[in-house]
Amino acid sequence: MDNLLSIVTFLPAVAAVILALFLKGDDAAAQKNAKWLALIATSATFLISLFILAQFDPADTGFQMVEERPWLLGLTYKMGVDGISVLFVMLTTFMMPLVIAASWEVTTRVKEYMVAFLILETLMLGVFTALDLVLFYLFFEAGLIPMFLIIGIWGGKARIYAAFKFFLYTFLGSVLMLVAMVAMFSDAGTTDITKLLAHRFATESFSVLGIQIVGGLQTMLFLAFFASFAVKIPMWPVHTWLPDAHVQAPTAGSVVLAAIMLKMGGYGFLRFSLPMFPVGADIMAPVVLWMSAIAIVYTSLVALVQEDMKKLIAYSSIAHMGYVTMGIFAANQQGVDGAIFQMLSHGFVSAALFLCVGVIYDRMHTRDIDAYGGLVNRMPAYALVFMFFTMANVGLPGTSGFVGEFLTLMGVFQVNTWVAVVATSGVILSAAYALWLYRRVVFGDLIKEALRSITDMNTREKWIFAPLVAATLLLGIYPALITDIIGPSVTALVTEYNAEVAVPRAALAQN
Amino acid sequence: MTSADLNTVLPEILLALGAMSGLMVGVWGGKDRIAGLLCWATAALMAGLAAYIGLTGFGDNVAFGGMFHDDGFARFAKVAILLSAAGVLVMGQDYMARRGLLRFEYPVLVALAVVGMMVMVSAGDLMALYMGLELQSLALYVVSALRRDSAKSTEAGLKYFVLGALSSGLLLYGASLVYGFAGTTVFSGILAAAGEGQAPLGLLIGLVFVISGLAFKVSAVPFHMWTPDVYEGAPTPVTAFLATAPKVAAMALFARVMHDAFGGVTADWSQVIAVVSVLSMFLGAIAAIGQMNIKRLMAYSSIAHMGYALMGLAAGTQFGVQAMLIYMAIYVTMNVGTFSFILAMEQDGAPVSDIRTLNLYARAEPGRALALLVLLFSLAGVPPFLGFFGKLYVLRAAYDAGLVWLAVAGVIASVIGAYYYLRLVYLMWFGAEGARLETNHAPVLWVFLMGSAAAMVFGVINLFGIEGAAAAAAATLVP
Repeated sequence: MDNLLSIVTFLPAVAAVILALFLKGDDAAAQKNAKWLALIATSATFLISLFILAQFDPADTGFQMVEERPWLLGLTYKMGVDGISVLFVMLTTFMMPLVIAASWEVTTRVKEYMVAFLILETLMLGVFTALDLVLFYLFFEAGLIPMFLIIGIWGGKARIYAAFKFFLYTFLGSVLMLVAMVAMFSDAGTTDITKLLAHRFATESFSVLGIQIVGGLQTMLFLAFFASFAVKIPMWPVHTWLPDAHVQAPTAGSVVLAAIMLKMGGYGFLRFSLPMFPVGADIMAPVVLWMSAIAIVYTSLVALVQEDMKKLIAYSSIAHMGYVTMGIFAANQQGVDGAIFQMLSHGFVSAALFLCVGVIYDRMHTRDIDAYGGLVNRMPAYALVFMFFTMANVGLPGTSGFVGEFLTLMGVFQVNTWVAVVATSGVILSAAYALWLYRRVVFGDLIKEALRSITDMNTREKWIFAPLVAATLLLGIYPALITDIIGPSVTALVTEYNAEVAVPRAALAQN
Repeated sequence: MTSADLNTVLPEILLALGAMSGLMVGVWGGKDRIAGLLCWATAALMAGLAAYIGLTGFGDNVAFGGMFHDDGFARFAKVAILLSAAGVLVMGQDYMARRGLLRFEYPVLVALAVVGMMVMVSAGDLMALYMGLELQSLALYVVSALRRDSAKSTEAGLKYFVLGALSSGLLLYGASLVYGFAGTTVFSGILAAAGEGQAPLGLLIGLVFVISGLAFKVSAVPFHMWTPDVYEGAPTPVTAFLATAPKVAAMALFARVMHDAFGGVTADWSQVIAVVSVLSMFLGAIAAIGQMNIKRLMAYSSIAHMGYALMGLAAGTQFGVQAMLIYMAIYVTMNVGTFSFILAMEQDGAPVSDIRTLNLYARAEPGRALALLVLLFSLAGVPPFLGFFGKLYVLRAAYDAGLVWLAVAGVIASVIGAYYYLRLVYLMWFGAEGARLETNHAPVLWVFLMGSAAAMVFGVINLFGIEGAAAAAAATLVP
């Protein structure tokens, strides 16, 4: 099949259109149909996407399964995957059926809910498969619209504030990237990502308003892209939209946000920032590394004092994304391998943790840690699952969380020892907040009156967690599954990057 | 005056004759009873003329010794003007009829305004420019005050008239200075007199006055003050009309004067327009935040949009003109759709324009709410809708012309502006419970709303081919 990627990308959107146009009514039967149709569509997408993985040849570091058609304004509709993006596509298609299954208890405006999530899936897949700058931007930005509605319509009490903050914050981050894209289009004469990767942007310094810009155009472009991706991933200090969005979003929305949408930022760094503006990235790398280290320590400390479970996990996500940015900007094989691994692992683990919160939230309608305690007495299966993912979040060896943290720390140690030292303290802090959360919620005596009749996970919930447990364990025990696929592409990226920055770096050192 | 000249201005003559005969029939025949029919007939005539101009026009025809240009640029603008005017006439008819406003003067005046616009975009001489502009403006002053028994409507008409007269005065003063220093009113003569990059000071002062007059017509800051009041006071169909066709005409005229008459001194006017553009974008974005009336909100929105279109013009290049034309075509399509929704907004049979009536509208009418959502995000310039591509074109034009600061300012203004579009989306989809909005179920409005929303989505595929037409149009203006 020549257009496998387009089929996978647009299948959920087609299902959404069918759902929107042909499903009438809002009674119980219609709701059930909407849920089943969404589940079938996302599962079918996952099954078809397995063909992508089967056809993918890891040894080839170029783009595979490429489709190309001319588009307006000299743009191209171009799609393709390489070792860096293919697993994000798989992560997305893998998570979406679970997300739909986790939303089975939704009762308000079910049809719109499913339509929003299906459209969102198409847009997220598009981000990872697009090979045209503007096409990428299209998918990247359009994802804000369904998420805005998901938070706004099905969110918590402060959902309006959270929805606006989410939209405007990330929109502001991205528009500077749009100007940078226009600049790249103008400079290189194309928006084809494969051609842009081969294009060398100018590095001659110039001055703006009297400020000398070292690295010239590349630094400016890097900063513009950085503004967007740093907000998206998110990095300290532009992370403040995330806790609000996570807390107010419905469970499924939090899962999508944490598992997939945050990864768009990391993917953007790997696809654009490092290979296209190596000199700019090299100049800014020390700053980014320190920002990551601060993020890890600071947000871990903030997580320690949270009263709300979702907020705690949101801050923990930011800390884990700190490892990702740190690994990426270490720009060596271990660092980048580790960053991608960490993103995939965090996709499973944070999703599972949000689902864990969702399980008890569905029963008790509160996320306050104080409202719980001693759940192990009534919910042994839940306690086990929650324990497993808490450990994975901490980075226990044998779970996927360990591999990513270890590799990124190893990568950054070779580049900047002090950053590595500071970041390592985050490992201890994450154990502190995660285990303390677990103790307060699950262990202890069951003294809260309201919890006396709480029920353990039902079969549906168990089946949602089963694939996540399997994936987390599998990747923890046999990480080569991932690194074999991403390895060659990462090697090519890192080699190219270091070759590009060698000369300017030597020149800078001389001055 | 030869037959070739008359042949060139045939569409204008036909439309003027149509308007005259409409007037005759109205006066002698059925008075207001036939007004509905007259609306449809005028709209059909306009659509027919649009097809005629779009499909049969070739080459660059000059009539009346350079007074009138029928070139690709004029034809592109005329098609956009005629189609949007026809659409608005058809859309507003039901609204007017039910409010007792459907007088036979309405279609006649709209047709006359459109004749003025067609002359404007074809003007090759300051005299022709002024003639077209005044014909358009006078007709618009009257239709703004169409609701004679309403203080707001008459106030709108009067305000529009007084301020419009002032701006016409500025324009005429500028034109007289230009004539004085260039010795001619024909654009090609002015172009020769202005020279390449070196123009007499008096000519430049004249240029600034001409720009001021034109900026008033496109409602760009600092000549925007009339816009919110007139938009609010005028009957909604008239507002819809004001927001579409006249904007295209004024913007096209702007481009024509700048390039045909002052094409040699691009650097001199480019920076003036860039400043006007950035002020319009920011004022439009910020002032709309506090608006509760959707018509005022759309007024500020149109001010901001004119800022973006001017960004393309400020580039002073062929691509800039192309970007501006594409932007205007998209803008008109979006506004026709949005106003078809505003026309349908009712409570207890009376029209409402308070945005708080939109509360939870999506629960009652998910289809229309979705269409409006698409239009609003498109107006905000959020991808993947067509409005984003309009912004992309003008940004590219500004960047290529070295106006990086303008491009950066533009995108930041678009974030601020996104807030008030988002607020409408928020009210519709997750606002508070309140008095429910009813919408008029006239099929015409539904067709325009859905059609325009669908265009925002499917236009992304190839822009309906207007990209090539706009490029050809821009090439005739800026070689």
